Amino acid sequence: MANPRLWGLKKSPWVFHVAAASCNNCDIEILDLLTPRWDIERFGIVLVGSPRHADALLVTGVLNRKNLPRVLRVYEQTPKPCLVIGIGTCTCHTHMFESSYNVVGPYDKYLPIDVYIPGCPPKPESMIMGVVKALKRL
Amino acid sequence: MKRIVPIGPYHPLQEEPEFFKLIVEGEKVVDLEINIGYNHRGHEFISQTLTWDQVPFLVERICGICSDSHPYAYVLAVEDIAHITAPPRAQYIRTIIGELERIHSHYLWLGLAGHFIGYNTVWMWVWRYREPLLDLFELIMGNRNHYAINKIGGARRDILPEDYPKIREYLDLLEKKNAMFTNAILDDPVIRGRLENVGVLTKEDAIAYAVTGPTARGSGYACDVRKDDPYDAYDKVDWDEIVFEEGDVLAKAKVRLIECNESIKIVRQCLKNMPEGPIETRVDEIPSGEGIGRHEAPRGEVFHYVRSDGSNMPVRHKVRAPSYMNIASNVIAVKGYSIADAALVLAAVDPCYCCTDRTFVYENGKKKYSGQDLLKLSWEKTEKIKRRYKK
Ligand code: SF4
Repeated sequence: MANPRLWGLKKSPWVFHVAAASCNNCDIEILDLLTPRWDIERFGIVLVGSPRHADALLVTGVLNRKNLPRVLRVYEQTPKPCLVIGIGTCTCHTHMFESSYNVVGPYDKYLPIDVYIPGCPPKPESMIMGVVKALKRL
Repeated sequence: MKRIVPIGPYHPLQEEPEFFKLIVEGEKVVDLEINIGYNHRGHEFISQTLTWDQVPFLVERICGICSDSHPYAYVLAVEDIAHITAPPRAQYIRTIIGELERIHSHYLWLGLAGHFIGYNTVWMWVWRYREPLLDLFELIMGNRNHYAINKIGGARRDILPEDYPKIREYLDLLEKKNAMFTNAILDDPVIRGRLENVGVLTKEDAIAYAVTGPTARGSGYACDVRKDDPYDAYDKVDWDEIVFEEGDVLAKAKVRLIECNESIKIVRQCLKNMPEGPIETRVDEIPSGEGIGRHEAPRGEVFHYVRSDGSNMPVRHKVRAPSYMNIASNVIAVKGYSIADAALVLAAVDPCYCCTDRTFVYENGKKKYSGQDLLKLSWEKTEKIKRRYKK
């Protein structure tokens, strides 16, 4: 246990959901995680209403000119250390939107992302697995 | 005194970050300003850099909840240019998927509307019955969302006859549950108290704001592309257009619930009459010209315009999505109601949203209501009505 604050993150992480320019599907699948079939609240993972309460950020979608400053602001408001989990192919690179004039580029230019969960959208199982893997690494 | 309640850009009602400025006097909302564009990814531009067959995969990523509607309208537009029609079996397949998507989208809305008025039970319940539908999608098309069923000149995947019983089984389950939800919502005095006479959009306003889909049909304005300009299998099946006159949130909810029933009817008939044969026609070349495609998405009419110069890419592709007009009508619908109703009214047109709360917004150094506060106000109002009925 190198860092007690990191250890603190491992138990019952609270997540905040940041949708950049996404197509909603990743976001809907995140909500799906709360509903009876998956019910991640069993594991103590709670979706919270403010980044100031969050241990982890779930980011979805690509970054564009208009939402980049907002997403960065949300990241700055999150208490550190925090995990940033990129959900969907959109966050892994810029997906099909690479050639767009409004998309500013992949996330790792701006934010340190800890885990990428590819898939368009990833299945809820793989989202749970991604979060678990991220926690194990701590 | 006028005050401003900003919601967004990261706020609880919209999936896409959008910014609403509620201008309030005390509890009452007097005006609304809308600022969109946080989600702009330049689809129309990217579309011009892709080949004809790649574009459906792009346009289906415009919106994840209508991920059948945009490619549907797009392939109809390209087929319009090339003067081809899909073979009958493909038409039926597309219709089936279009209707199943409507059910999934309406259920999604219903669940979230339940969440907004503080009935999380409704949310969990409704989404529980949405889940098997996603399994069906996965069974038929290999993905829970983003189905990629539409293809220029046909359908990309066949619905295998051995899958029919599974679809029928689900429809039977859904029919029962849909009746249950309809009764639950119409009988519950608290839900009625929250939805009735709230966010009224009159027929005149509906026409003036050019709203489409359930938002228009809930205001007594009958417009449905499936009836007005039938395509694919919609004129070969028997179904009714659902219109309610009241224009309030309850009417919109009723339209959606009863439409699910109609969708079940359509899918059943399509499965019964499903013709045999190929599922695609060969398309070698798209001639130069222009074409339009219209499809009735769960939220209203999706319109695509495509121009071709005879090459292997579109030279212009214009997309008109229903939420764009529907969101604008919020300006009228939310005026004069309390802040507690705002969350619900803004969500009533079913913009593509998610219900997670986002950031606090500070203006001139003063903390305003956050999305979570709005939800709390909304829930408190439900509690109040509940107490009134208990007495
Ligand atoms: S990864 Fe796919 S499903 Fe997720 S936001 Fe991007 S386009 Fe949508």
